[in-house]
Amino acid sequence: MQSKVVASFEEAVAGVEDGSSILVAGFGEPGSPHNLVAALYEQGATDLTLIANGAGMTRDDGVITTGNLVEEKRVRRVVLAFTASTHPSRRTPLEELNEAGKIEAQITPQGTLAERIRAGGAGIPAFFTPAGVGTEVAEGKEHREFGGRTYVLEEAIVADYALIRCWKADTFGNLVFRRSQRNFNPIMAMAADCTLVEAEEVVEVGELDPDLIHTPGIFVQRVVSIPEAGGMLNAPPLAMFSGRPRS
Amino acid sequence: MSVEGKRLSRDLMAARVAAEFDDGWVVNLGVGMPTRCSDFVPEDRTVILHSENGVIGYGRNATVEEATPYVVNGGAQPVLLTPLASIVHHADAFAIIRRGLLDVAVLGAYEAAANGDFANWRISGRKGGGIGGAMDLAVGAKQVFLLLEHTTRDGRPRLLERCALPLTAAGVVTLVMTDLGLFEPAGDSFRLREIAPGFSVDDVQQLTGAPVVPASDLREVTV
Repeated sequence: MQSKVVASFEEAVAGVEDGSSILVAGFGEPGSPHNLVAALYEQGATDLTLIANGAGMTRDDGVITTGNLVEEKRVRRVVLAFTASTHPSRRTPLEELNEAGKIEAQITPQGTLAERIRAGGAGIPAFFTPAGVGTEVAEGKEHREFGGRTYVLEEAIVADYALIRCWKADTFGNLVFRRSQRNFNPIMAMAADCTLVEAEEVVEVGELDPDLIHTPGIFVQRVVSIPEAGGMLNAPPLAMFSGRPRS
Repeated sequence: MSVEGKRLSRDLMAARVAAEFDDGWVVNLGVGMPTRCSDFVPEDRTVILHSENGVIGYGRNATVEEATPYVVNGGAQPVLLTPLASIVHHADAFAIIRRGLLDVAVLGAYEAAANGDFANWRISGRKGGGIGGAMDLAVGAKQVFLLLEHTTRDGRPRLLERCALPLTAAGVVTLVMTDLGLFEPAGDSFRLREIAPGFSVDDVQQLTGAPVVPASDLREVTV
């Protein structure tokens, strides 16, 4: 079997067409595929649909985010748990485009988002959840009672691509995540037709314990080993302190 | 209005909420002030802190030296793991919530209503917002505690008879901690259980958008 390892992030994202739908993993810093997002930004694909926890923020530390794709109007539609800042003083490019009617922004409760993606990867078209019943996000959707409680029907999400960050991968694409790096990564890897992975370490087939693999390689199409020099191996921990650092 | 008291600090508010956690509870702490509670869990209790990104059993906030790029809480801040920690993916983190395993979710809010409704995802006059995990947590956890400042920056009350902002969930809030005291939504009023030192019930009433009814055993906030 041919190795799924490709030489560069550029090669990994080379086939992403205009109009693609893309799942982008990560929650905060851990598990965020910064290198693949940066490569996609350089690659130039436009008219994209992004599905992620959030896509509002641009950064001033040189790290390219999905916020940069939004800011350059290369995103037609987003499906997110955060479409605007929760701080009155902060505004994001996404929020401004949304207010101007220049982007379609679907907001969805985070657990519903995760389950829509999980369902997509599990071949289930829709499911009922109690989250959001009686609020704006359930308006216009089918409701049904089970055991005296009201639930809302939510539809699965599948996408053309998933951008994934992992700790270890083997050349077949079996993946292991470290700590909270896991977050959306395994479910997004299952819900895409083409799953692209940036790995902190790539090992030979047979080196990972099958019992400890989080994502089987059958869900993975391309793997890139993050280079020690020139790749964003890990953001410095200091960049993670969005609130007060504990002293 | 003459007010002698000093509003409670964020750390004190977080510590007072953390003092409510029972031994063995599974607790989710929301973005903002609630994540502070992890630094104040009483030492005589084991509380299992759960976060939306799949970390079960995290502990206090990490120092700059302790932080790694691998372990963050629901506010994406670096935290430490406890010895009983385990990790699941995002969908399973919410399965735990929907399955009813959380004893309490502590959430921030823009508005809390006397009928137990709350609003915490969209600011007035804005399009879109940040729901995060709040709607799932609000309907999945056995109890919802709110941790918020009593008034807005321009002095308007956040505790109201009914929410004006779009709801996160209806009728779920059981406890409200503000910088003026500890309250319970009681339908058409807020029951005041504990009050910030130096404030009178009248002071609190003036800053509240719903009737405030002092508990018969009203006392000062202590931790």
